[in-house]
Amino acid sequence: MTSDVKPADKSRVKGSTLVEIKGLKIDGYSDDKWHPIIKGLDLTLKRGEVIGLIGESGAGKSTLGLAAMGYTKPGCKITAGSVTFDGIDLVNASQDRLRELWGSRISYVAQSASASFNPAHKLMEQVTESALNHGVMDKAAAEADAKDLFKRLQLPNPDTIGGRYPHQVSGGQLQRAMTAMAMSCRPDLIIFDEPTTALDVTTQVEVLAAMRRIVEEFNTAAIYITHDLAVVAQMAHRIMVLRYGNLVEEAETRAMLKAPTQDYTKSLWAVRKLEKKEEKSDDIALSVSNVDASYSGVVKVLDNVTVRIPRGKTVAVVGESGSGKSTLARAITGLLPPSKGRISFNGKDLPARLQDRDRDTLRRIQMIYQSADTALNPRQTVRDIIGRPLEFYLGLTGAEKDRRIVKLLDAIELNEDFIDRYPGEMSGGQKQRISIARALAAEPEIIICDEVTSALDQIVQEEILKLLMKLQKETKVTYLFITHDIATVRAISDEIVVMYKGKVVQQGLKSDVLNPPYPAYTELLLSSVPQMDPDWLTTLLRKRSGAAA
Amino acid sequence: MHPVIRTVLQRLGLGLLTLFAVSVIIFSSLELLPGGFAEAILGQGATPETVAAFNKSLGLDRPPVTRYVEWLGGAVQGDFGKSFAGAGGWREENVRFVSDIIGPRFYNTFFLAALTALIAVPIAIALGLFAALYRNGWFDRIINSVTLTTIASPEFFVAYVLVLIAVGNKNGFAAVLPDGWGPMVKPFVSWIPDLPPLATVSKGTPFWEHVWKAILPAITLTLVIVAHMMRMTRASIISLLANPYIEMAKLKGLSPRQVIVRHALPNAWAPIATVIAFNLAYLVVGVVVVEVVFTYPGIGQLMVDSVGSRDMPVAQACALIFAATYILLNLVADIIAIVTNPRLLHPK
Repeated sequence: MTSDVKPADKSRVKGSTLVEIKGLKIDGYSDDKWHPIIKGLDLTLKRGEVIGLIGESGAGKSTLGLAAMGYTKPGCKITAGSVTFDGIDLVNASQDRLRELWGSRISYVAQSASASFNPAHKLMEQVTESALNHGVMDKAAAEADAKDLFKRLQLPNPDTIGGRYPHQVSGGQLQRAMTAMAMSCRPDLIIFDEPTTALDVTTQVEVLAAMRRIVEEFNTAAIYITHDLAVVAQMAHRIMVLRYGNLVEEAETRAMLKAPTQDYTKSLWAVRKLEKKEEKSDDIALSVSNVDASYSGVVKVLDNVTVRIPRGKTVAVVGESGSGKSTLARAITGLLPPSKGRISFNGKDLPARLQDRDRDTLRRIQMIYQSADTALNPRQTVRDIIGRPLEFYLGLTGAEKDRRIVKLLDAIELNEDFIDRYPGEMSGGQKQRISIARALAAEPEIIICDEVTSALDQIVQEEILKLLMKLQKETKVTYLFITHDIATVRAISDEIVVMYKGKVVQQGLKSDVLNPPYPAYTELLLSSVPQMDPDWLTTLLRKRSGAAA
Repeated sequence: MHPVIRTVLQRLGLGLLTLFAVSVIIFSSLELLPGGFAEAILGQGATPETVAAFNKSLGLDRPPVTRYVEWLGGAVQGDFGKSFAGAGGWREENVRFVSDIIGPRFYNTFFLAALTALIAVPIAIALGLFAALYRNGWFDRIINSVTLTTIASPEFFVAYVLVLIAVGNKNGFAAVLPDGWGPMVKPFVSWIPDLPPLATVSKGTPFWEHVWKAILPAITLTLVIVAHMMRMTRASIISLLANPYIEMAKLKGLSPRQVIVRHALPNAWAPIATVIAFNLAYLVVGVVVVEVVFTYPGIGQLMVDSVGSRDMPVAQACALIFAATYILLNLVADIIAIVTNPRLLHPK
C-alpha cells in the first residue's frame, strides 16, 4: 500500500521513538478532594507500534491514553512527569499548539461511537472536519479520501454512507466511520479507547479486523485501551497491565500470554476458567411455547419462541443485541404480553399481563437488571431496597424484617453495616449484590438475570457468578440468565438457548450447544469470541475468507 | 406522508381543539362578569325596562348558548361581529365592526413585537453563546447580573428610565433631575440619539417613522425579555457540553468557539425555540403596561378598555387572538424542534 502514501509519510521512520511518558502522575477531583489516578507511569511508544493498555475500571488506562495526547478530562490534572510527542512537550504546550496536533497528528477513537458522533451532522461532515479544519485538504479531496477510507474499512455503500446521519447506521459501522475520521489526516498516533466494548462479538470481529488493517497500512502508531485481554492480544505488539494507576506488568504480547508473571495478570483469565458442571433435568419449571411478541405491532421481536426452563437449573439465553433475549424476559414477567403463544409456570398457564397475575405468582418470578445504578433507587437505603419485597410479599415488618435483611446480606456476603447505606456509597459489585438480595428477598422460584455481569470488571464478574451459583445450591432457585458473553455462559449454565433475530436457533445442554455440529449461526457466534491467542483473528479471517471463496 | 408533515398536522389539529376549548372559556367567563354593557352604558339610574329594551336591541336577551354558537360561527369566518360601542339606538353609520377596530391595533402590536424580536432574539442568542463559551468567567457573570437586573425591574420602571434619558438628552436634565445631577449624567447618555418618548402612531404613519417611534418601547421590551432567552441558550448549551461528541470535537482540534457553534448549538435549538416562542407570545399579549407608558395604540390597551366598558365582542375577539398567538408560536417551536433533530427529520 505504499503507492498511495503521501511523500511526507515516507520520512516516518519505523522504530524511532514517537511518544515518551516519564514519571507521569495525574490527580482527579471528586468528593471535594484530589485523588491520585495515575501514580507515576512510564510509557514509550515507537513509530508504527501498537501498545495495549489493559486493566479494570479505575485502573487509569483511559486517563493514561488521553494523557498521551496531552489531554486530561475535566476535573483531572497532571501533577508530575512529562509527556513528549515527537519531541514536543505536551504537558507545557499551549492549547493552540495542542489543537494543531489534535486531529491532525494525534487522533482519538472513543468507546461509544453512537455517543461520540454528533447527532446533528451527517457522517461525511464529521469525518472530513479535522482535515478541513487543519487545512490538510480541500473539501473535494477530503470527501474523496473519506470515501476511500470507508472502502478500506469495508463499510457498505462507501460512496453514499457519508450522507447519512449517525442514527441511520449501525454501531459497528459507526465505529468504523470513527476510525475513518481518526485516519482522515493520516496521524502519527491514534488512541483507541475501548473501541469495541459496546459491540456484539460478531460485529467486533469485523471492526477489529478493519482497524488492524488500516493501522498497518498507514504504519500508524496506536495506543489500544481495553479491559479485554483477548481483544488486545489481536491488536497490540506490547501490553501494559495497569491497576490502581500503577503498572503491574509490561511485556511483548506473546510473552505475556504465554507466561504472565504477576498474579493479578493471571486473575484476568479467571472468569474464563470458571465452569459449572452441567446437570440435566426434565422437571420443567417454566415453559414458553410458540410465543410471538412485538412493541409496535409491526415487527416481531419474538418470533415463535419456544423455551423450556428446568427447575433448579440455569438456562443461559445468548444472542446479540436485537436478538430478542431481553424481550423474552419481558414476555415472561408480563411486562410485554405476547401476541401469540403460551407461557406456563409449574404446569399452569400464566396470565399474559402483569396486571392479571396475583401477588404470589409475582413473588415467584423475580428479576435482576444489568445496571444496578439505574435499578436501585439512589435515595433509598439498603434497608428500604431489600425491605420492600419482604414487606410487600411476605408481610414482614419491624425487627423481624431487619433480621431477615441481615440474613440476606449475609447470604450475599456483605456484613450488616451495609443496612443503612445508600447505593451511591457502594461499589458496582456491591450494588449488584444488593440487587440480587432484593430478588432473593421474595423467595422466588425463578430469577431472571438480564446481563447482570456485563457492566462489571472481570474479577467482580467472577465473584458475582460464584455467588449466584452458591445461592442456587442453597435455595434451589432457577435462573434464566440472559447474556451476550460466551465466557459467562460457559461459566454458569446447564442449558443454553441461542437466539438470533427473534428466533430460537438452538436449545440444548451446554455440552451439546458448545460442541459441534453447530447450526450456522451458533458457529458464527462461537467463532467470533476472541481467544487468548495472538493469531486468533488472523486465523479466523483466513478461515472465513477461505470459506467464502 | 412524511412523519414531519404528519406531526405538524397533528399538532395543528390539537391546536384547533385547544382554541375551541379556549373560546368556550372566554365566552363563559365574560358572561360571568358582573354587570352588563347595558348597565355600564345607561348608568345606575336606568330602569329595568330600559335595560331589557337595550339588551334586546343588542340581541343579549337570547340564551348564552345561541349567542355563543352564533359568535363562533362568525369568528371562524373572520367576522367577530359588531362592537357594542356605538350600538343600540344610534344611527346605523356609527356601528363599527370589531374587525375594523382590532385590525389597526393588531397591526401595531404585531409591528412592535416583530421589531422587538428582531432586536432581542439575535442579542439573546449571541449573549447566551458567549456566556456559555466564557462560562463562569467575568463576562458570564456581568451578563447574567445585568440581564437579571433588567428582568427583575418592573417594565414601567425600565420604560420611564428610558423616557427620562430621551427627554433629558433633548431638553437638558435640569427639568427632570434634581439640581447638579444633570451634568453628572449627561456625559454617559449624550451619545444616545434623540428618540421620541411618545410612540403615538396612527393608520397613516409611514413605515420608517413608525419604526423610529417604536424604538423606545422595543428597547424596553428587549431589556425585559433578553434575560430569559439568553439564560436558556446558555443553559442548554452547557448541558450538552458533557456529551462524548463534544469531547470528540475538542480532540479533533476544534477551538472552543467552533465546538460550541458547530457541535453544541445545533443540538440546543429545541429548548431555545420553546423559550423564544414563549417570549414572543408575551410580546403580543402582555405588553399593555409598556403601551400605556408610551401611549402606543396596541391591542393590549384595547382589550383592557373593552373589558372595562363591557364591550364583549371586542374583548372576546382580543382574547381569542391572544390564544391563537400562543398556540401558533408554540406550534412553530415544535416544528423547529422537529426539523433541527435529524432523528425525527430523517427516520431510519
